[in-house]
Amino acid sequence: MSNTRSYIKGLKCRECGHPYPVAPVAICEECFGPLEVDYDYDAIKETLTRDTIAARPKTMWRYRELLPIEGEPAVGVQTGCTPLVRAERLAKALGVRELYIKNDAVSHPSLSFKDRVVAVALSKAREFNFEAVGCASTGNLANSVAANAAASGFPAYILIPDNLEKSKVIGTQVFGANLIPVRGNYDDVNRLCSEIAGRYRIAFVNVNLRPFYGEGSKTFGYEIAEQLGWRTPDAVVVPMAGGSLITKIHKGFSELARLGLVEAAETRFYGAQATGCNPIAAAVKAGTRDIRPVKPNTIAKSLAIGNPADGYFATGVIASSGGWSEDVSDAEIVAAIRLLAEAEGIFAETAGGTTLAVTQKLIAQGRIKADDRVVVAITGNGLKTQEVLALEDLKSIEPKLSAFEALVGATQIAAAGS
Amino acid sequence: MAQTVIIPTPLRKFTNEIETVEVEGATVGEIFGQLESRFPGIRARLCEEGGELRRFINVYVDGEDIRFLDRLDTAVGEKAEISIVPAIAGGSE
Repeated sequence: MSNTRSYIKGLKCRECGHPYPVAPVAICEECFGPLEVDYDYDAIKETLTRDTIAARPKTMWRYRELLPIEGEPAVGVQTGCTPLVRAERLAKALGVRELYIKNDAVSHPSLSFKDRVVAVALSKAREFNFEAVGCASTGNLANSVAANAAASGFPAYILIPDNLEKSKVIGTQVFGANLIPVRGNYDDVNRLCSEIAGRYRIAFVNVNLRPFYGEGSKTFGYEIAEQLGWRTPDAVVVPMAGGSLITKIHKGFSELARLGLVEAAETRFYGAQATGCNPIAAAVKAGTRDIRPVKPNTIAKSLAIGNPADGYFATGVIASSGGWSEDVSDAEIVAAIRLLAEAEGIFAETAGGTTLAVTQKLIAQGRIKADDRVVVAITGNGLKTQEVLALEDLKSIEPKLSAFEALVGATQIAAAGS
Repeated sequence: MAQTVIIPTPLRKFTNEIETVEVEGATVGEIFGQLESRFPGIRARLCEEGGELRRFINVYVDGEDIRFLDRLDTAVGEKAEISIVPAIAGGSE
């Protein structure tokens, strides 16, 4: 890509519209609303066509004009373009005609969609001349910041709740980050990071770099549309923690429509939560946009955000698109992880189990219809949350053919082999 | 009896860049009143015209979100730490 011109006009408040110059700030000083990047879409439209995109490498940076960096990406250069899998066996099990899995369980380098947002945030941290980076995280973001910081030479300060899955802790520590468990839940960790960012010059990707960071999630949506042959799906089901991803996929589809890259985007957005932490789903079901915070209690720890910062916007996207939100029990989450694994060979973490279980529920409710083109967003890898699966104990056998036949049964083998 | 209020970056232009302010009050609402008398204009950034806490602001008394307590009527103990935190972060699926 030789195109290094900037398409950013500045930042502006999403609530009151007050403009700000491009800087590592995230909040409107007038109303405390979130700041967002203001792009020059007319200029982008002249450059970004289906053909220019198709000619570029298969990474998230093929949509670079719609990402908030000034020059070439410095971090996460290989990230993105994960598979969109046509899930025929799962579709049959669920009773829908056309079902796809957008599979960020295999995201490079840290096996979750957080690699997309971190690639943008750390590239931006470099442009802003930060010398250290950090984040508040429920695990996946910690993994991604630690991996990408190691690869780009940033020291990283990563704060996590002190009850995270062991694999997420190891998957952060191994990269040499300063990993700090905090006695409290994610919302406590988050508050502390905001206070640290107020005192020290550290690029906290989801605090002071938040307007830039969140934009990386749009590529999840761009890729879905491009992989569907420049069409948007009828329905997309997305896990919700802070509620940002669902709003960014919506923004991504809307931008593609605005640029004429897809027909008018009329996708219905469905949000998935665990019943043990369902503040956004509860608001949708109550017919309000306002979020009542909850104290999380669920195995889906990556979704355990009791006071979702983007909840107000997530409920807005869901309602205005004609979608809905549901929540499911821990048992349903585990069952769905196994269903996805056994039907499609994809091992998703608890957030993925949540999303698929909610998809099943929405189909049963008739909200998602049999002839809808449906995309299920799988955002993280099951190897990170193995602890939730209690699988049957295995019996070992002697290394003898007769022992194998005695265990499996000769008739079963003959049937499978014929 | 005195409490400490942690002022977030976007509000420090009201406090001459001071990060923490010592106050005395029985409730969060009273403490906001004290902040207003010392730093005129600050309360309008915290609360809507009707007096309710603004949507994108979280206030914590010793780490507890006042939306779980009695909102602006939340009682504030001696030596409590009151954090005013913009609802910016999150999104860590």
